[in-house]
Amino acid sequence: MNDTQITRISGRGIPLPGDDIDTDRIIPARFMKCVTFDGLGQYAFHDARFEADGTEKRHPLNDPAYKNAEILIAGKNFGCGSSREHAPQALMRYGIRAVIGESFAEIFAGNCTVLGIPVVRAARGDVEALRKRVETDPVTEIRIDLASMRVDAGGLTFDIDMPDSARKSLTGGLWDTTTLLLAHAEQTRAMIGRLPYLRRFN
Amino acid sequence: MGKNLFDKIWDLHQVATLPTGQDQLFIGLHLIHEVTSPQAFAMIRERGLSVARPDRTFATVDHIVPTEDPRRPYADGLAEEMIRAIEKNTREFGIPFFGPDTDAQGIVHIIGPEMGLTQPGMTIACGDSHTSTHGAFGAIAFGIGTSQIRDVLATQTLAMNRLGVRRLWIEGILRKGVTAKDIILRILADLGVEGGIGYAYEYAGPAVERLCMEERMTLCNMSVEGGARVGYVNPDAVTFDYLKGRKYAPEGEAWDRALGFWKSVASDADATFDDEYRMNVDGLAPMVTWGINPGQAVSVEENLPLISDLPEKDRETARQAYAHMRFEEGRPIAGQKIDVAFIGSCTNGRISDFRDAAAVLKGRKIAGHVKALVVPGSMRVKAEAEKEGLHEIFRDAGCEWREPGCSMCLAMNPDRLTGTQLSASTSNRNFIGRQGSPTGRTLLLSPAMAAAAAVAGEITDVREMI
Repeated sequence: MNDTQITRISGRGIPLPGDDIDTDRIIPARFMKCVTFDGLGQYAFHDARFEADGTEKRHPLNDPAYKNAEILIAGKNFGCGSSREHAPQALMRYGIRAVIGESFAEIFAGNCTVLGIPVVRAARGDVEALRKRVETDPVTEIRIDLASMRVDAGGLTFDIDMPDSARKSLTGGLWDTTTLLLAHAEQTRAMIGRLPYLRRFN
Repeated sequence: MGKNLFDKIWDLHQVATLPTGQDQLFIGLHLIHEVTSPQAFAMIRERGLSVARPDRTFATVDHIVPTEDPRRPYADGLAEEMIRAIEKNTREFGIPFFGPDTDAQGIVHIIGPEMGLTQPGMTIACGDSHTSTHGAFGAIAFGIGTSQIRDVLATQTLAMNRLGVRRLWIEGILRKGVTAKDIILRILADLGVEGGIGYAYEYAGPAVERLCMEERMTLCNMSVEGGARVGYVNPDAVTFDYLKGRKYAPEGEAWDRALGFWKSVASDADATFDDEYRMNVDGLAPMVTWGINPGQAVSVEENLPLISDLPEKDRETARQAYAHMRFEEGRPIAGQKIDVAFIGSCTNGRISDFRDAAAVLKGRKIAGHVKALVVPGSMRVKAEAEKEGLHEIFRDAGCEWREPGCSMCLAMNPDRLTGTQLSASTSNRNFIGRQGSPTGRTLLLSPAMAAAAAVAGEITDVREMI
């Protein structure tokens, strides 16, 4: 299966404050009591957005200025903690199509890539400048270009970075891994000759 | 030039190089549980695929099981739906399932080792970040997302990037009352919660060699809290002694051949590493976290940090932590009153953890205002603890002795904090809301320190009680 090639993403930004935002905060565990990912979008950042009685807290996702914005602007170590794919699934179903941040936890970043969501790193100063720009002018169009590895946000431009394999997966339309892996079924079967524990050491 | 364990095992398990530049890695052992697997089974059904190696896949249920009343059907209809889904999926695809009606059920990272499924030289994957626990045996073990579970189910392989390896060389002698939990909390405080991104952690050195397997598991378990997806210890006589006679361990001549293979995967004496960190545990004191990530920790002898003393990059999270925890900068952590003590989880839910806690609780009573949950990590741990009479010690002290499960580590079951309760917890994460109340607060510490806090009703230095 060839997937959509994802090279350029453009949209408005959501400036999310704070570093070390863990996946429990992105999707609290009680919302994982489900056997499908459907419907998770409404719970993205739930406890940061709502009081126990359901009233809205001050949070960028509750701010009308960022309604329908699609690019999340995060700090460092975003997505740390639990490996739950429920976190990127919730973001995707909420409408997030890309994340720009200072750094990302590995499992989270991998989970995003396999869903076709680019997560790109930028220098702290550049992320801060972008956050300020969007806060001042929420309609700023952010353009992420995975070919040139640059971001352009209304004239504010800077370099971005991501693992080369993630970039190739997205730009080459190869981000759904199952097909790639199935292509080597014969080599996989041959592992029995190389791994003595598969033969129970006999 | 010698090779380290990580590169040896990786090379052995590399099936191919993918067009993306990633390696296709064979997975020797795939562990699944009820929370992250149902969607993966749905995905393989949708694509008309099957499970490639049901004989290398093992399942249990742990996150959602109620530890007080485990009768079926569960009172929580969503939990019942999840356990039914894994029962159906494992039955349909012929995957061994260690359910709550067996004597082998428990937290997935506890039952793998205790059954001897976890062995040196393997690659091990599970849809749970604390899969790093299994690295204690000299395996490459890591957490994966649900789409990756789909990949392992369908192909028994994964698309992965090779990690760098940082060796953590640990010397010195642990003082009485200081444990592996304190070592890892110290490491997290030193290296930060993102310091390990891109690395596998090799724990080595004389202090690590002296740790028993259960302590090594505690160490590896929390590697991921430091950003390292993988943590491991080289296999040695301690590892082999632990495995001998376990249900899935090889026997007879196969055991001898296994030993040869297992020894061959250990890092060579002249192995090279991408980075090195050194620590001496001689002066290490019991550690306690004070904030909202596991790297925000101090020793029980220290005061909470002043934000102005912290590096600039850590200040924003520290400000959030103080706001959430309702603590004051510069105050001692000792003397902080607690409401709940939780002893259990994949970090500290093994028999040696309960022995440590029982040694403190024996002949004592917990403080009147404290609720203390003691939750074995597996049926086997429960049986062993009861054989030793530990459950009587816990009950006599005023603790609740529960059925095996993840319990209050992550609040996907009825065990959870309410309101702004402050919990002294042997689990692995103090994230905001982690223990079930959005305003609940968590202090991470060792089982001995949690037991001491339960008795004193506040954080106290366990070394003064033993």
